[in-house]
Amino acid sequence: MAKEMKLMKGNEAIARAMIASGTDGYFGYPITPQSEVMETLMAEQPWETTGMVVLQAESELASINMVYGGAATGKKVATSSSSPGISLMQEGLTYLAGAEVPCLIMNAIRGGPGRGTIQPAQSDYFQSVKGGGHGDYQLYTIAPASVQEMYDFVFDAWDIAFKYRIPVLILTDGAIGQCMEKCYVRDYVPRWTEEERRKNAPWGCWGKPANRGHNVVTSLELESSRQEVFNLKLQAKYREMEAKEVKYEALNCEDADYVIVAYGTSSRIAMKAMQIGREKGLKIGVFRLITLFPFPKKEIKELAQHVKGMLCVEMSAGQMIEDVKLAAECSLPIEHFGRFGGIIPTSEEVLEALEKQIIK
Amino acid sequence: MAFKGQIVVDTDRCKGCGLCVEACPMHVIELSKHVNGKGYNYSEPVKEGCIGCASCALICPDGVISVYKVKC
Amino acid sequence: MAIMNQDIVKPENLVYTKTKVLTDAVMHYCPGCGHGTTHRIVAEVIDELGIQDKTVGIAPVGCSVLAYNYFDVDFEEAAHGRAPALATAVKRLNPDLYVFTYQGDGDLAAIGTAETIHACNRGENITMVFINNGIYGMTGGQMAPTTLVGMKSQTTPYGRNVERNGYPLRITELLATLPGTYYVTRQSVHTPAAVRKAKAAIKKGFENQKLKKGVSFIEILSSCNSGWKMTPVQANKWMEENMFPNYPVGDIKVDGKIVENVDINRIVVDHPLTVVNQ
Repeated sequence: MAKEMKLMKGNEAIARAMIASGTDGYFGYPITPQSEVMETLMAEQPWETTGMVVLQAESELASINMVYGGAATGKKVATSSSSPGISLMQEGLTYLAGAEVPCLIMNAIRGGPGRGTIQPAQSDYFQSVKGGGHGDYQLYTIAPASVQEMYDFVFDAWDIAFKYRIPVLILTDGAIGQCMEKCYVRDYVPRWTEEERRKNAPWGCWGKPANRGHNVVTSLELESSRQEVFNLKLQAKYREMEAKEVKYEALNCEDADYVIVAYGTSSRIAMKAMQIGREKGLKIGVFRLITLFPFPKKEIKELAQHVKGMLCVEMSAGQMIEDVKLAAECSLPIEHFGRFGGIIPTSEEVLEALEKQIIK
Repeated sequence: MAFKGQIVVDTDRCKGCGLCVEACPMHVIELSKHVNGKGYNYSEPVKEGCIGCASCALICPDGVISVYKVKC
Repeated sequence: MAIMNQDIVKPENLVYTKTKVLTDAVMHYCPGCGHGTTHRIVAEVIDELGIQDKTVGIAPVGCSVLAYNYFDVDFEEAAHGRAPALATAVKRLNPDLYVFTYQGDGDLAAIGTAETIHACNRGENITMVFINNGIYGMTGGQMAPTTLVGMKSQTTPYGRNVERNGYPLRITELLATLPGTYYVTRQSVHTPAAVRKAKAAIKKGFENQKLKKGVSFIEILSSCNSGWKMTPVQANKWMEENMFPNYPVGDIKVDGKIVENVDINRIVVDHPLTVVNQ
């Protein structure tokens, strides 16, 4: 499957993976630090090769609603943006979740709040996994930690999105988006044929044939009793995902006394801190979240039973730590260490924080 | 050539807005004194003279009027 | 008592009945509302063109949010104002489909102004149906961008005041100036003759999609008798007397060219209202 190796930026990997995974359309609006996604697509001109549509919209509001429109026809449609743009997209995201429209969104988080900075951050965790828009909904949220994962997760996203009829959010930042790494690229997965689209998205608005009723993609329900039934169905779907679709990576956790919990960019710093700590004789492990929703509740709870303490390293003021504490049921010391506003912590800082706050 | 027409109103769905009464060039439609299940005074043809022009059906917001027409 | 001439009521004599492109659902619109009439003629056009299996509609937010319940074609329901963005993607990803948006004045000309202007400016090959009744119907009769100067609404209880509320937005004329619009027209559905013309305009709008020359934009002036607090018959008369001077009916741009003698820059601010609505 993975044949050719190339050197590329994370943002470029997202764009190339979209083309290679048979994505039908991309609608976006430029924003630092992820503008290379659309720039790469425009330079590659996939409409000449795979037939993929690429359009620069007038705003993030328009681009997420173009995603809604296109994806509701049962096609694979994607967008990408960064924190301020993702905030604008929240309206569309709650509609997409409420109408159960599969699609792909990438957020390269930058330091906030407000206009903030353009440097990497992880301060949109709450926005990503605790709603963001209104109503009880979740996005399947996955956090790559390398350019290779940026590439691979696009392919995985389409499987999950259509299997569960859910928007998929790839949550990353400018550090992974902008850094260049080697990346094994895959063979082109052809875009769905008309027959495949109709088979994979029987609910889609692709023109009502005589042999079925009209398909309607909507999140509106005027009757509260029916809305409750629908919401329960959504929750059942989320519970099923929690049972089946959790992804994580546990490194040196078997014999660890202390575990650093992190995802994305900060998990890479955590791994280096673990390595330095191990050289000093400290039994440190790293628990890297890959899916942020569904959250690895069970795994964290189990881990909490045989380690002495956990340090949550996040490039935020402490957001993921709330879910870690809930999962661990506060049965052990769990502390937060973070730099924010666009600053990436050093591995030395992380190790020092672990020693001071947890090991003591 | 003259035409003779007949309209059929789906009285259950009629909302009694009266636009067909106003639109009828032959003044053969009126709102009934009776009401339908929704409480609306539905429209109905009350006089001879319908020419089947379908003005009533064209103006009807609820599409409740069917028009039949013959040459005579 | 109704009279019924059974000799005439035979299938072979049927000249008009509700099209099958409308479902049997009873529309929730108020008695006499132009939405129902406009729905019907759009559905008749889809029926006559034989494109029911190739049409996707986009519903707005507002009174016509439930349009998808009434058209027997595939339908997407957009967030408030975003219908042109949805339609853009539907059409670009499915160029063989006939795509239309159906929006009111608040949806299209207030909250969705950006999406409207940019879809029109990109020249998307879609048909946009725009219902202008000068008021927010669903939320209970508040001021719309198209509310006339002096016209009362729940949020302009003493009449729209230019200093406070700005001017009525003639978005249709504005859109006609964009190179991406191919056909721009303003019609109404207040008389049988007007309905015929409006239907012809909608049909042209759908047929234009085959030409791939840009947006066909059909404004339909409609009364909102509930919001205007009049009877349906009074409301249609009031519309003719007061809406028409501000929003002249007729083609504005045909085949990509502004129609001769149409003054798209004409500004009417203080046309006196004939009857002050209560």
